[in-house]
Amino acid sequence: MSALATSGTVAAGGYNFAYLDEQTKRMIRRAILKAIAIPGYQVPFASREMPMPYGWGTGGVQVTAAILGASDRLKVIDQGADDTTNAVSIRKFFEKTSGVETTTRTANATIIQTRHRIPEAALTGDQVLVYQVPIPEPLRFLEPRETETRVMHALEDYGLMHVKLYEDIATHGHIATTYAYPVKVEDRYVMDPSPTPKFDNPKMNDCAALQLFGAGREKRIYALPPHTKVVSLDFDDHPFEPTKFDHACALCAATHTYLDEVITDDAGGRMFVCSDTDHCEERRAEGHRGALLGEAPAAIAGAAE
Amino acid sequence: MYVAVKGGERAIDNAHRLLAHARRGDPAVPEVAPAQIREQLALAVDRVMTEGSLYDRDLAAIAIKQARGDLVEAAFLVRAFRTTLPRFGATQPIDTAAMQVARRVSATFKDIPGGQVLGPTFDYTHRLIDFLLEAGAEVDEPARAAADPVPMPRITDLLGHDDLIERNPPGDPDAPVPDLTREPLDLPAGRDLRLQNLARGDEGFLLALGYSTQRGFGRTHPFAGEIRLGEVELEFLAEDVGFAVPLGEITVTECQMVNQFKGSATEPPRFTRGYGLAFGHCERKTMGMALVDRALRAGELGEEVKAPAQDEEFVLMHSDNVQATGFVEHLKLPHYVDFQAELGLIRQMRAEIAARAAAAGPDGAVLKEAAE
Repeated sequence: MSALATSGTVAAGGYNFAYLDEQTKRMIRRAILKAIAIPGYQVPFASREMPMPYGWGTGGVQVTAAILGASDRLKVIDQGADDTTNAVSIRKFFEKTSGVETTTRTANATIIQTRHRIPEAALTGDQVLVYQVPIPEPLRFLEPRETETRVMHALEDYGLMHVKLYEDIATHGHIATTYAYPVKVEDRYVMDPSPTPKFDNPKMNDCAALQLFGAGREKRIYALPPHTKVVSLDFDDHPFEPTKFDHACALCAATHTYLDEVITDDAGGRMFVCSDTDHCEERRAEGHRGALLGEAPAAIAGAAE
Repeated sequence: MYVAVKGGERAIDNAHRLLAHARRGDPAVPEVAPAQIREQLALAVDRVMTEGSLYDRDLAAIAIKQARGDLVEAAFLVRAFRTTLPRFGATQPIDTAAMQVARRVSATFKDIPGGQVLGPTFDYTHRLIDFLLEAGAEVDEPARAAADPVPMPRITDLLGHDDLIERNPPGDPDAPVPDLTREPLDLPAGRDLRLQNLARGDEGFLLALGYSTQRGFGRTHPFAGEIRLGEVELEFLAEDVGFAVPLGEITVTECQMVNQFKGSATEPPRFTRGYGLAFGHCERKTMGMALVDRALRAGELGEEVKAPAQDEEFVLMHSDNVQATGFVEHLKLPHYVDFQAELGLIRQMRAEIAARAAAAGPDGAVLKEAAE
C-alpha cells in the first residue's frame, strides 16, 4: 500500500478539492438540482472519466465530490460495511483529494456514500445519502433501447413492468426480484433504487435525508428530496414484502436487520451477521450479545471485539 | 510507395527493412529484451499466450517484441508457430480446486473458507499516473505471511453441497477431446467446443458481448461467484508407462459466474453457471467469457434467444481476432480486377440513364412515364 500511497500523493497534489474542477462540479450540481425538482426522473449529465473504473462507483463519487464541503463528515459503505475493499478505496480517495473528516458512525456523518445498502439507523434531515448506481433505468431489462425507455417514461407507460411482475408470479409464485426492486415516486416516475436488497425499499419512503443517485457510466443523476413518497410496485393480491430472516444476528442478536450469510467451513457451516457493521457494533456496545459473539473470526466480528 | 505490379518485390523487401527499423525505434534508446517483456509486461504476455493458444511465456515475449507491441499480431505469430507443432495428446483435466492460489475473490459471500485473497490487482488502485515510474523506482518488498494450510474450496462447490446450483454433467474420461485447431467448427457446437472457441477468442469482443448482456441485451443476472488465479499441476497419461506423469505447472485464471435460477413445476430452482478459463492472469477475459458462455446457454435453459451474445453462430464465427483481423485487413490487398468490373457496370448504368434523359428532352416525359 505504501508504494500506492506515495504515488497517489504526488499525482494528487495538483488536483482541485475533491478531485473535480469547479466547473464540472457546477455542472453536476445543476443536474442534482433538476433531479431534486423532478423526483425520480433521470437527469442526463456530462459524466467524467474518474480515476477508478466505471461500475465501481464513479457516479456516486462524482455526486459526492460535487456536494462535498470542507466541514462535511463523510462515511462510505459497500454492502453495508465500512471496511469493504471498495468502500476503503473510495474513502481514501476523498481523504486524499479533499482532506475532509471521515467517519464510520452513521449518526456522525453528513454525507454517506453507499453501494447496495441503506443504513439501518434512521437518517436525519442534516444528512445526504449518495447511492452508486450501475443501471439507472428500471425498464432496461424489459427494453434494452434508451430511445424507447425515455418515451415510456414520458408517457408514463409502465404496463411492461407490471406484465413482468405478473409473469414472475405466474412462473415462480413470487415476484422474483429481490434487489433493485422497482419503486414509484410521488405517483409519477418508476425508479430503480440501485441494487439495494428490497429489504431496504421501505426506508426510502418519507426519508428525512436527501437521497441522491449517481450513475457514472450511464451518465444519469436522479434524486428523492426529503419526505418523498416512494412505493414499491406490487399487486393487491401479491403485496410487496421485504425480505425476512429466520435468524438473529450471531454477533448482536438483532432480528430487525439485513444479514450476511458467512460460510465458515466446507461442511455446511454458516453464520448470519448484520450487513450494517456500524449498527451491529453500536448494538454490541449497548450490551446486546449474539449467540456466536466471542467465537466469530476477527474478519467478521471487526473492531468491536 | 505502393507499386502494383512490376517492382513489387523490391517494394516488399524495402518495406520489411523499414518495418524492422521502425520496430527498433531510436537506436540511442536501449533495445528492449524479451526477458524484460516477459517480466515487466506480464499481462500482455498472458493475453498473447491465451489468444495464441500456446503456453510459452518466452515465445509470447518475443512475439510481442516482433509485433511492436501489437498483441493481436503477436497472438497471430504464436498461432503460426503453434500450428507447426506435433500434437501428442490431451493432458488430464486440471483441478482448479487444488490450485496454489495467488488471488481469489468472491463477490457472493463476505467471507469464505480459505478467505478472500486480493493478490496483485489494479482493482482498488486510484488511476493516477505514477510519474515516479518514469525514472524507475525501487519497489517495496511484498508483505509475506506463513503458508496457510486451510483449503480453498470452490464457491460453486459449496453452493453445490446445498444443491443450490446446477450440477455440471460428470466428465467422461474416455470421451475424445475436441480440438478446434485440428477440426473445423461444426454448428451447433457442444459446450466444450464453445468454451474452447471462447478461450482463444478476442478479449475485446468477449468483453463487449459480456457487457451487452449486463445492459439488457440477453440479461443473465450474473454474480462473480469466484475468480481465482494461481498455479495448477499439469499431468499427462502416458500409455506406455500406464500412469499420469506430471508435466509441470501452469498459471491460469478461472472465473465462475453464478447466474439467476432455473427451475420448473417439478424441479426446484437452482442457480446456473457461466465459466471462463484462460492462461496466465487474464481476469477481464475470463469474466467476459463466463458471461458469454452463460448467454450462449439460452437455448439449453429454455430462454428466448434474441440478443447477439445468445446467438451461437454469431459469437463463435466472429470471436477469433486472428481470423477477423485477417479478413478485415485483406481489404488492403489489390482488388482492382473486381473493381474494374464494378467501374464498367456503374459507368454503363449512368450512361443508360443519361441516354434516357436526353431522349426525353427537357420536360423529362420519358422518366415521368417510367415513374408511372
